[in-house]
Amino acid sequence: MAKQKNVLPGFSLSLGFTIFYLSLIVLIPLSAAFIKTTELSFLEFWHIVTAPRVVASYKLTFGASLVAALINAVFGLLTAWVLVRYTFPGKKFIDALVDLPFALPTAVAGIALTAVYAGNGWIGSWLEPQGIKVAFTPTGVMVALTFIGLPFVVRTVQPVLEDLEAETEEAAASLGANRWQTFSKIIFPAIWPALLTGFALAFARAIGEYGSVIFIAGNMPMVSEITPLLIITKLEQYDYVGATAVAVVMLIISFMLLFAINGLQWWTNRNTTSAH
Amino acid sequence: MSVITTSQYTSYHNKVARSRATSEPAWVRYLLIFTALSFLTLFLFVPLAAVFTEALRKGFGTYVTALLDPDALSAIKLTFIAAIIAVPLNLVFGVAAAWAIAKFEFKGKSILITLIDLPFAVSPVIAGLIYVLIFGLQGWFGSSLVDNDIKVIFALPGIVLATVFVTFPFVARELIPLMQAQGKDEEEAGLVLGASGWQILWRITLPNVKWGLLYGVILTNARAMGEFGAVSVVSGHIRGMTNTLPLHVEILYNEYNYAAAFAVASLLALLALVTLALKTFVEWKAASNASYNESAVQ
Repeated sequence: MAKQKNVLPGFSLSLGFTIFYLSLIVLIPLSAAFIKTTELSFLEFWHIVTAPRVVASYKLTFGASLVAALINAVFGLLTAWVLVRYTFPGKKFIDALVDLPFALPTAVAGIALTAVYAGNGWIGSWLEPQGIKVAFTPTGVMVALTFIGLPFVVRTVQPVLEDLEAETEEAAASLGANRWQTFSKIIFPAIWPALLTGFALAFARAIGEYGSVIFIAGNMPMVSEITPLLIITKLEQYDYVGATAVAVVMLIISFMLLFAINGLQWWTNRNTTSAH
Repeated sequence: MSVITTSQYTSYHNKVARSRATSEPAWVRYLLIFTALSFLTLFLFVPLAAVFTEALRKGFGTYVTALLDPDALSAIKLTFIAAIIAVPLNLVFGVAAAWAIAKFEFKGKSILITLIDLPFAVSPVIAGLIYVLIFGLQGWFGSSLVDNDIKVIFALPGIVLATVFVTFPFVARELIPLMQAQGKDEEEAGLVLGASGWQILWRITLPNVKWGLLYGVILTNARAMGEFGAVSVVSGHIRGMTNTLPLHVEILYNEYNYAAAFAVASLLALLALVTLALKTFVEWKAASNASYNESAVQ
């Protein structure tokens, strides 16, 4: 069909309302953060966002988020693989429960993980004699962020794995490839964009996470204090400008990640549609 | 109908094909299943089970007392009120945005879609902060709000705003791809037959996407009732007044009242399990609808 005049009604009403509501709830309030930082000179801004305690919180937030996203990339791919390719009892039930971190309020996740991984908890009491302390250390932050990001990789890789055509693998097998070669040369390249998207989504979610982390982290300045908590601490001391300056740094990084993820998703879609 | 559907064909085909050359040896399969399940157990199942065991550790009496505490009841009430206001607002927005984006072509559409996703990328803490900057005492409207004796921050309006922000994209994200996939042939047919815009929306578009819509609402509601970070910044934590359920959990926990904290948390965990059950049901319903439509076409 060539270009055709759209006859459906309601375009200006729906688009107008969308833009109005978007501006009111999201765009104008977000711009408030950027406007607030104009109260600072660039030097003052730089001084706040590079203070040692703030830098320590970036290191923890981004480091723990990166490790958690990597763990999720490995085990999320494995979980998606097992759920798509194999049968075992309770599979449907487990498949549904993978979304639990999306549905469970973060505060509940936080106190539950703390109870389990604390020195007297079910898993903590078993790890601590081996010299592994999880709760109230940076490792605890990583555990909470792994929980939060768990569904992202599974749910982005799963549909792509389901859509893979068996014929390609058969062809590889009949040409003499062993299973590992088929996986690394045929399957992995096909799911790679989805895996990377899932990894980026888990990472982006982890950076901003607050509720599940603060209970298990111990929240020691310079050691186990994440950046979102530092923003709240500054707010509670009525240091609105300082809180906003740190928030703006996080916002800029989050926006860059969002654009990267959109690009990745565009790439994934292009790859999967060209395969058909 | 004697014709075999494509989906039946592929599933049959896959079953045969997976038997030998394109599957792994049994020991590899079992090892992979075991590793995946161990990971899920350590990070998902054990924490979930811990919520309920900790909640009932001091007996059923303590559990019920914690839930019937006046502060807990008022937290439950506030959580419901915030969700009842926030969910319909984002539902209307989601339908309007999906209608404009899925049924029409215009410049800047992909930018608009990215902007709708923005709240997903923003830390909940920052979501709360931006409303404090606008409506707080030293904010843009702070002094005029005080003059008129209107409270936004540390009151219900602030909690609702923060909740609306964090749940902003859910319905729109569900509906946009669904409505794009459905095209607009049916709507145009309705128009030719003389239906008005609202009639088309109510009788054609919304019934076509009802499962996706319901799914979006379920997700929005779960997040709205469970939001912690954003609400924590704007609520002020006034017991019995501006405490939602997740904030009440935090207060009890910080007072070392673990049994009560986990009792209230178990309510939220139940809500999450119900959400997952509904979600699975809706997906199953949508899938069986889709395969029914597919075989009807063939």
